[in-house]
Amino acid sequence: MIDFFWTQIFPILIIVGQSLLLLSALLIFIAYILLADRKIWAAVQMRRGPNVVGPFGLFQSFADLLKFVLKEPIIPSGANKGVFLLAPLVSCILALAAWAVIPVHPGWSIADINVGVLYIFAISSLGVYGIIMGGWASNSKYPFLSALRSAAQMVSYEVSIGFVIITVLMCVGSLNLTKIVEAQDGPLGMFQWYWLPLFPMFVIFYISALAETNRPPFDLVEAESELVAGFMVEYSSTPYLLFMLGEYVAIVTMCAMATILFLGGWLPPFAVAPFTWVPGVVWFVLKVSFMFFLFAMAKAIVPRYRYDQLMRLGWKVFLPITLFMVVVVATVLQVTGWAPK
Amino acid sequence: MTALIVDYLPIVVFLGVAAFIGLALLISPFVVAYSSPDPEKLSAYECGFNAFDDARMKFDVRFYLVAILFIIFDLEVAFLFPWAITFGKLGWFGFWSMMVFLGVLTVGYIYEWRKGALEWD
Amino acid sequence: MSIVGLFFYLFAFVLLASAFMVIAARNPVHSVLFLILAFVNAAGLFLILGAEFLAMILVVVYVGAVAVLFLFVVMMLDVDFAELRQGFMQYLPVGAMVGLIFLVELLLVVGAWVTAPNINAAIKAPIPPLSQATNTEAIGLVLYTTYIHYFQLAGIVLLVAMIGAIVLTLRHKPNVKRQNIAAQIARTPADSVEVRKVKSGRGL
Repeated sequence: MIDFFWTQIFPILIIVGQSLLLLSALLIFIAYILLADRKIWAAVQMRRGPNVVGPFGLFQSFADLLKFVLKEPIIPSGANKGVFLLAPLVSCILALAAWAVIPVHPGWSIADINVGVLYIFAISSLGVYGIIMGGWASNSKYPFLSALRSAAQMVSYEVSIGFVIITVLMCVGSLNLTKIVEAQDGPLGMFQWYWLPLFPMFVIFYISALAETNRPPFDLVEAESELVAGFMVEYSSTPYLLFMLGEYVAIVTMCAMATILFLGGWLPPFAVAPFTWVPGVVWFVLKVSFMFFLFAMAKAIVPRYRYDQLMRLGWKVFLPITLFMVVVVATVLQVTGWAPK
Repeated sequence: MTALIVDYLPIVVFLGVAAFIGLALLISPFVVAYSSPDPEKLSAYECGFNAFDDARMKFDVRFYLVAILFIIFDLEVAFLFPWAITFGKLGWFGFWSMMVFLGVLTVGYIYEWRKGALEWD
Repeated sequence: MSIVGLFFYLFAFVLLASAFMVIAARNPVHSVLFLILAFVNAAGLFLILGAEFLAMILVVVYVGAVAVLFLFVVMMLDVDFAELRQGFMQYLPVGAMVGLIFLVELLLVVGAWVTAPNINAAIKAPIPPLSQATNTEAIGLVLYTTYIHYFQLAGIVLLVAMIGAIVLTLRHKPNVKRQNIAAQIARTPADSVEVRKVKSGRGL
């Protein structure tokens, strides 16, 4: 019996501990990312942003959490109750699920699987369900229209994200996220990360990630002037919070993906003394924060797209460019013999 | 084989923990928060009007077309994944094999473009 | 019973239960949601078999793409249930006939089905041994060279699907004004603004 405990139950308890650690770190990071988003937005518009709860408003997100929990949850009488409550849960859990494979430090990932990239690609393609389910179950017009728009939008940009990932994989020769980071390690430091040789793909990935996570300037899903609050119109209290949380976790996941694919994951910018003293996880968090800063700046300074422009950008600009780049990168690697054997 | 399962077990555990946190958040306001529903509060939001008809209406067939085109390109990406990590070993034959495949689909893509299937109106 | 066995029964049970619910659910959208659950559990079964690439592709293609299309169709159908049930008795004999024919056919097929005598000899070891190559690599090493004909046929099937979808669903609305971005950018002040002197009290 004791033997059974040590061989079967104990490893699982360790994994539970690791998961709790990663999730709490992630959620606290999200709390400050939310604050940073509002602060950056405010700074661009010469406002102060949240500054009342705690010094510089540092506890704002925690106050918001408390407030959400104490608010009255409303389920509209015409809604399909089961699906209505399932939708925010699905969108939150799916967003968190991607973090099971993301390596934040050499060897620090909950699960180091062979098909890590594919897993994240699969999980992010499921993100659309939370929105469709929420929009349909609300049985209200704005959420329904918003769900349709969002489904078509997320689906359109998924294709170009797929092609961008393919180009990186061709340089690496593995689907494992740890191997992708290790492949970018070299004497040139940050100039050997894939953002430089694959710069156009990095830009396309960044813009597609904005569209995929429904961030401004592609936030047509919840365009206030047209759809009030989009698929979240009928939601209140923590169901709303879960949607919000899922959205921000998905954004941070996209930032982490950009970090792993193009910015060298946990690698220091130069492999020399002062940089190598800093642990890898710090570099990882710094790079993710940098990517999020780019996301937040886009929200603050770019005007919203129109839906036909959005579809044109996805299908008529990004799709041909990424497809062409796949061919170009493959040809270059094949001719020069740099392709990983 | 069993090693593969060991790789995936942590994901299941992680999903369980994430689901627990999500459920706890979802249920908590139903337990602690004040609640007094009334018919006006529970009606669907429509800028103050009562809803004229059911919200689930017919919509443009164009969304359907986008979904079909997405399936096709998604399959194309699915075919590219194993190729992307082995094309160095396959040499020129594997390279041209994929180029022909992409070429055939590019023909379809050009047809789509010329037909105006990518226009949104 | 090991953990693997436990997960097999879990996935298999949920798969069968949700597959049953797909046909039993009253609401077609619920049916599609159960179908998605069934797909995910099938992916879990693939994982237990050690086919991780197939499991992920199943999720990407079927759950991420095909089921979205199904949801669109079902949401678009605008099914009126009262109306649906009205015609139920009228169509029952025809439906029962079709069902019966299918049942008989299935029984005939199953009754005539025999396992090939030397099936065990026909099972071959995978071409690169599993210990040397990951799943995805093993597929990549044979799909584009050894099985090139099937691969190219798949491409042609996709092409036909693309053309078919456009032929069937594309309808252009008349009188739509479209934005021509190239023309907008190419505009200069010289050809878009005209300065005229207007005498007071006359107009143009």
